[in-house]
Amino acid sequence: MAALAEKYRAEIQSILAKYPPEHKRSAVMPLLFVAQREYGHLDRQAIAEVAALLQLEPTEVGSLIGFYTLFHDRPGPTYRLQVCTDLPCALRGAEEFARELRQELNVSQGEPDTDGQIAVEEVKCLAACDRAPVFQLQEPGGIHYYENQTLETALAVVEELRGRAGSD
Amino acid sequence: MSTDGVRLTIEGREISSSPGTLLVDAAKRIGIDIPVFCYHPKLKPVGMCRMCLVEIGRPARDRATGQPVRNERGEPVIQFGANLETACTTQVGEGWQVRVFSGKAVDGRRAIVEYLLTSHPLDCPICDKGGECPLQNLTMEHGPGLSRFLFDEKLHLAKRLPLGELIYLDRERCIQCARCTRFQDEVAGDPVIGLSQRGRRLEIVTFSDPGFDSYFSGNSTDICPVGALTTADFRFGARPWELNAAASICPHCPVGCNLTLNTRRAAGTDGRETIKRVMPRQNERVNEIWICDKGRFAHHYAHSADRLSKPLVRQDGRLVEASWEEALERAADRLGEAGAGLLGLAGGRLTNEDLFNFRGFVEGLGGMPVLDDWMAGGDLVRQFGVYPGTNLGTLGKGDAILVIASDLHEEAPIWWLRIKQAAERGAELVVANARPTRLDSFSTHLLRYAPGDAVQAGLGLLGARTGDAKLQSSGPDRQTAAAGKALGSARNVIVLYGNEGLDYRGSEALARVCAQLLSANDHQGRPNNGLIAVWPRANTQGAWDMGLRPSAAGLSGRIEQSAAAYIVAADPVGDDPAIGQLLTGLRGLVVQDLFLSATAQLAEVVLPAQSFVEREGTFTSGERRVQRLYPALPEPPESRPDWKIIAELGGRLGLELEGRGAGQVFTRIAGQIADYAGLTYADLAATERQWPEVGGLDLYYGGTAYDNRQGLGVQLAPRPGGELPEWTATAAREPSGDLLLVPISRLYDRGVTVLASQLLGRRLAELKLAIHPEDARRLGLLGASRAEISWDGQGTTVELSIEETTPRGAGLVPRSTGLPLRQPIEVRVRPSSS
Amino acid sequence: MLRNSEAEPEVTEPIVLRHRVLPEFDRLTVYRQHGGYQAFERAVRSRSPEAVIQLVKDSGLRGRGGAGFPTGVKWSFLTPGVFPRYVVANADESEPGTFKDREIIERNPFQFLEGVAICAHAAQANVAYVYCRGEFWDLTSELDRKIAELEGAGLLGDGLFGTDYSLRIYTHLGAGAYICGEETALLESLEGKLGQPRLRPPFPAAEGLYGKPTVVNNVETLANLPLILERGVDWYRSVGTKQSPGTKVFSLSGHVKRPANVELPLGTTFRELIFEHGGGILGDKKIKAILPAGASAPILPAADDVLDSGMDYESVAALGSALGSASIIVLDETVNIAWAEAKITDFFEHESCGKCTPCREGTYWMKHILGRLMTGAARAEDIELLHSVGTGIRGKCLCALGDFAALAVTSGIERFGTDFKVHAVNGQ
Ligand SMILES: Cc1cc2nc3c(=O)[nH]c(=O)nc-3n(C[C@H](O)[C@H](O)[C@H](O)COP(=O)(O)O)c2cc1C
Ligand code: SF4
Ligand code: FES
Repeated sequence: MAALAEKYRAEIQSILAKYPPEHKRSAVMPLLFVAQREYGHLDRQAIAEVAALLQLEPTEVGSLIGFYTLFHDRPGPTYRLQVCTDLPCALRGAEEFARELRQELNVSQGEPDTDGQIAVEEVKCLAACDRAPVFQLQEPGGIHYYENQTLETALAVVEELRGRAGSD
Repeated sequence: MSTDGVRLTIEGREISSSPGTLLVDAAKRIGIDIPVFCYHPKLKPVGMCRMCLVEIGRPARDRATGQPVRNERGEPVIQFGANLETACTTQVGEGWQVRVFSGKAVDGRRAIVEYLLTSHPLDCPICDKGGECPLQNLTMEHGPGLSRFLFDEKLHLAKRLPLGELIYLDRERCIQCARCTRFQDEVAGDPVIGLSQRGRRLEIVTFSDPGFDSYFSGNSTDICPVGALTTADFRFGARPWELNAAASICPHCPVGCNLTLNTRRAAGTDGRETIKRVMPRQNERVNEIWICDKGRFAHHYAHSADRLSKPLVRQDGRLVEASWEEALERAADRLGEAGAGLLGLAGGRLTNEDLFNFRGFVEGLGGMPVLDDWMAGGDLVRQFGVYPGTNLGTLGKGDAILVIASDLHEEAPIWWLRIKQAAERGAELVVANARPTRLDSFSTHLLRYAPGDAVQAGLGLLGARTGDAKLQSSGPDRQTAAAGKALGSARNVIVLYGNEGLDYRGSEALARVCAQLLSANDHQGRPNNGLIAVWPRANTQGAWDMGLRPSAAGLSGRIEQSAAAYIVAADPVGDDPAIGQLLTGLRGLVVQDLFLSATAQLAEVVLPAQSFVEREGTFTSGERRVQRLYPALPEPPESRPDWKIIAELGGRLGLELEGRGAGQVFTRIAGQIADYAGLTYADLAATERQWPEVGGLDLYYGGTAYDNRQGLGVQLAPRPGGELPEWTATAAREPSGDLLLVPISRLYDRGVTVLASQLLGRRLAELKLAIHPEDARRLGLLGASRAEISWDGQGTTVELSIEETTPRGAGLVPRSTGLPLRQPIEVRVRPSSS
Repeated sequence: MLRNSEAEPEVTEPIVLRHRVLPEFDRLTVYRQHGGYQAFERAVRSRSPEAVIQLVKDSGLRGRGGAGFPTGVKWSFLTPGVFPRYVVANADESEPGTFKDREIIERNPFQFLEGVAICAHAAQANVAYVYCRGEFWDLTSELDRKIAELEGAGLLGDGLFGTDYSLRIYTHLGAGAYICGEETALLESLEGKLGQPRLRPPFPAAEGLYGKPTVVNNVETLANLPLILERGVDWYRSVGTKQSPGTKVFSLSGHVKRPANVELPLGTTFRELIFEHGGGILGDKKIKAILPAGASAPILPAADDVLDSGMDYESVAALGSALGSASIIVLDETVNIAWAEAKITDFFEHESCGKCTPCREGTYWMKHILGRLMTGAARAEDIELLHSVGTGIRGKCLCALGDFAALAVTSGIERFGTDFKVHAVNGQ
């Protein structure tokens, strides 16, 4: 039950230290990121752990998940290639890029591939409009940008990820 | 119209409002309804639904001089802003002109209604809110005639989503006004429902277990301005306009919440009239517009199939049905014979009229009337009770409240809620208990004492107040000193005391200390000052007022000295099986009740009484407010109200008791009981205009709680005089067993009045012995799942629960969950071998 | 306009994008070699908070987050006598077409952090938070390291420069929600709640984070501060226009040859930005329209009077749009404006927080009408309906997002009506 509290004691301490003790609630999003890193997604168990750490009602924690797009409430792909297809990027071919990438990987929008490891999602502006096409890779442990992409560079990233997934 | 207020005009009408008043409320006071959805007068304004848009004109000011600009006629020039503004978030301003019905304002609101309807299902004909729905009304009034939104693009969402077993959500109907979530967070202090997702996907969610886990959840359905939240009890139960409404008073606790009982003939019950729902009835001094879920959902016992429907008499050792004639004859015989040997035992859920007649009956025969209770201090409450005009809802900065030896959240939820809010408004709140309770986090001073030592804690406070050397041998600790100071320097002080961890003598001593504490600083004789007892029953205070007293020495001795007993609305055998032995030894036992209780099963005569929904009468609340209840359902054919049965019995024995009507009994009360002198039934039925207004034609403003047309009740004045009893310095408890076994109160216990409501099943308290891990170690209970407890030759095995929050040296057991235990006792505890 | 040569595309000297001309400017030693942290040190040692506020007021610096509110004036609204106070740097940068704050944090972090520190000193705050959008995960980790470096160097922490002033800066990651760029939604989010805007007033300067007086400023705004303090008001006012002094980072994107951040004096023309700094239109097509503030301001037809207009708060407002965060999205002649507005409406519908009715329902409704239009299922009357739905939203929302969404659509229909009509089944 207290798995997070044990395993990430130091990290949780340093997160809590950022906020006034009477406003611990501020730590809820950072702690949800910790939980998501550990469990891959945020289910009732993860919510309960974070709520207990901050002495909040589980509802106060759980209700955040649906509001913020980077939190996931159910199991999903390990790697999410999130291609920006918002207006500025779309003007520079991001929609075709995303479509081709999906075709190449034989997946449909937002759906993971056959291994359930990788999905191509379309997202709103990533603040990298001068380097379209661009995607961010969201994995449980973090988010990384890949800019000025071509189909080839993107597929190379996918290859590398599949290698990583296979070696686990 | 006062002259020191803020002057402005709304729709051309000049008004003066106190500073800080919101435009929407100012308009409401002069009868102008500005439509609202998210705004609710009991919640902080958020301005999110945008329904209340109005045009506001403000006096123009010269930029350079800051002076008002005037036109050639010397009148101030009024400038209207480019945008409409929300009347629910804007406070009145001097010289403003507000237009509510200008073309621009009406158009603006029409747009809002149209947006709301884009995704709202138009299922009014089958909606629970149909007929009392603000959206429906506003659509008629403000909305465009024709939907410009394409029907097949409507969002289709779950229509029957349980947020728990008690409350259902229709996601299509929800208009995201957040009234429910804000109520739960701001008022109830239980943020167990919340908004999640965003944009058009915004929805109400709960992650609590059980879902929507709050004692106040039902109120959210009253203030929901559409039919999105409904109770499992009422959902699709009836259309609001088909319901009959009767005023009543909640029978579950001493708060005395005002209720409206909605009834209707129901198909499943052979066309019998049944209760369809229990709704709060506004009484700003008692419950405002709220009730707890017990009051709302635990009414099913009145309809229980197990209700006694006919008189019973014992024949050949068995109880068989009999006529009233026969039963009354037998009862009168048995009770008459006993004379001075008659013991009368009555419970605090009876009305004043029942209790008045009961006392007259028992005393008339020379017997001894006893109140079936284990808590003391009713006479002190008569002397030091809160003064007329008291309103917990007005307490705030400068006032102080002491809550001692009580878990208010479990024992009197609406007091808990109002005291929590008083603390949030700045009142000093001293909470003194042996264990953590839900009120702790709102306290300004938290005092903990060893189990059973509430009196010592009270004496500490008294010492800190008075500096009395006898009390100050060692001097109060820091917290006690600070709490004493807070109580001493407050303008108004209210003390609420309970009896957790105390036996009868202990609770008597605590009541005295509390009375001393109030008189030490003259916190009496004024509104918002005085003593409140957190009684276990709704009308315990009324019973004291009617002259009944518990038996200080316990019941057993009394029974042993008696020849016959007349037991009304009490089940001493259920509470203590040992009593059963004693009762069977009596020559006569007459029991009058709703159910065939353990006590009734031993009786010679059993008389079926009426429940609170079938009869009239009065209750006196813990705040000593006398309030009327009215019949909501026709009398079950073979039952009679208690006061009447008693009067009939009296008649057979030559006693002249009032048996014509409850009102006539009340007249006698007013003639004979000094505290009630001069009161009339009509006084109790008087009402006045209350704020905020609920239940009006606007519907949306205050929610669907009922306005009060049947009476606000009358708060009795305490009767000073009489000696203030000295405090008694009881020594701190000396543990003599392994643990002090302390019965604690839980709202949803397993008593007959709760069990019948199956809805609450998942939430009922369970019989478990809670002990601290240290004690578990000390007593070799670590790892054990059950424990054997024994005392005075009795013993039983219970499930064990090891909890850090349990005070050391104590074992806590919820009352009315199976272990018959009225007062704390020292017990021995062993791991269970089974 | 204080610039002299029309033909010269180079800015005299960048203020916030100094890393463009000074190599390895993201290293503390390099930053300090160029005078870094002298402004902060001097302020802490010898400039009273009031004096700093006055100086920033005098400089005429206006907020770069979108609203263009004078920074010093905003600081002067802090409720007197109430402490603690907080400073929050708004690094939520999520406006489509905006990517300047990211470059500043990544490449010129120390100047930004010094700006935060100066602001904190002026506000008498001992704690500052940098609220970064969740996507800036790596950037934020790097910023944490930079903050640690500053603490190691004694430039952040307790008893700074031998005074009793102490200051901590903490980063805080958002988790994907555009609305959290709105300052009160940001504060809610930082308090651990749903990022939904608060009612205003009270403004953050009166009751902000944890109900305490709080300054919220954009990253670029803050990055201007060190040089303003170092070089003074006159120097700062020597670039830009009278009412919009200084430089602005223009995020140039869309159909230009060289999309990039370009720091130019406020008042520079669209033409210069697009055709000189941006290298002109991709494929040498014709320019059709400009979105001057990402998705959040009315669309402008790229007529000559627009192209020759200066990009400062007043001039763009005079054109019937807004400069906002100065994210200039360029659309060429091939773009159908109804399509562009459909994308923009998608964005706002996705990002509407849902708190207020007109935005929540209106964006949803507009998205549906535009969806029908894009799939050829709409009739010409639907365009009127769309316009009326947009108009109905305007001026009624709790925060500015709803207006942004509405204005995009209504201005599109008003200025490029035929682009909508071609999609309607009974169009033309
Ligand atoms: C919908 C919306 C989104 C916004 N997004 C941002 C943003 O991403 N970054 C930002 O600095 N300001 C943003 N703002 C403006 C902020 O509310 C605020 O005005 C700004 O942070 C103040 O800083 P400044 O005075 O330095 O500009 C946004 C405003 C709105 C209404
Ligand atoms: S305008 Fe939109 S984003 Fe702003 S408060 Fe309203 S719903 Fe939320
Ligand atoms: S905005 Fe005023 S009632 Fe909702």
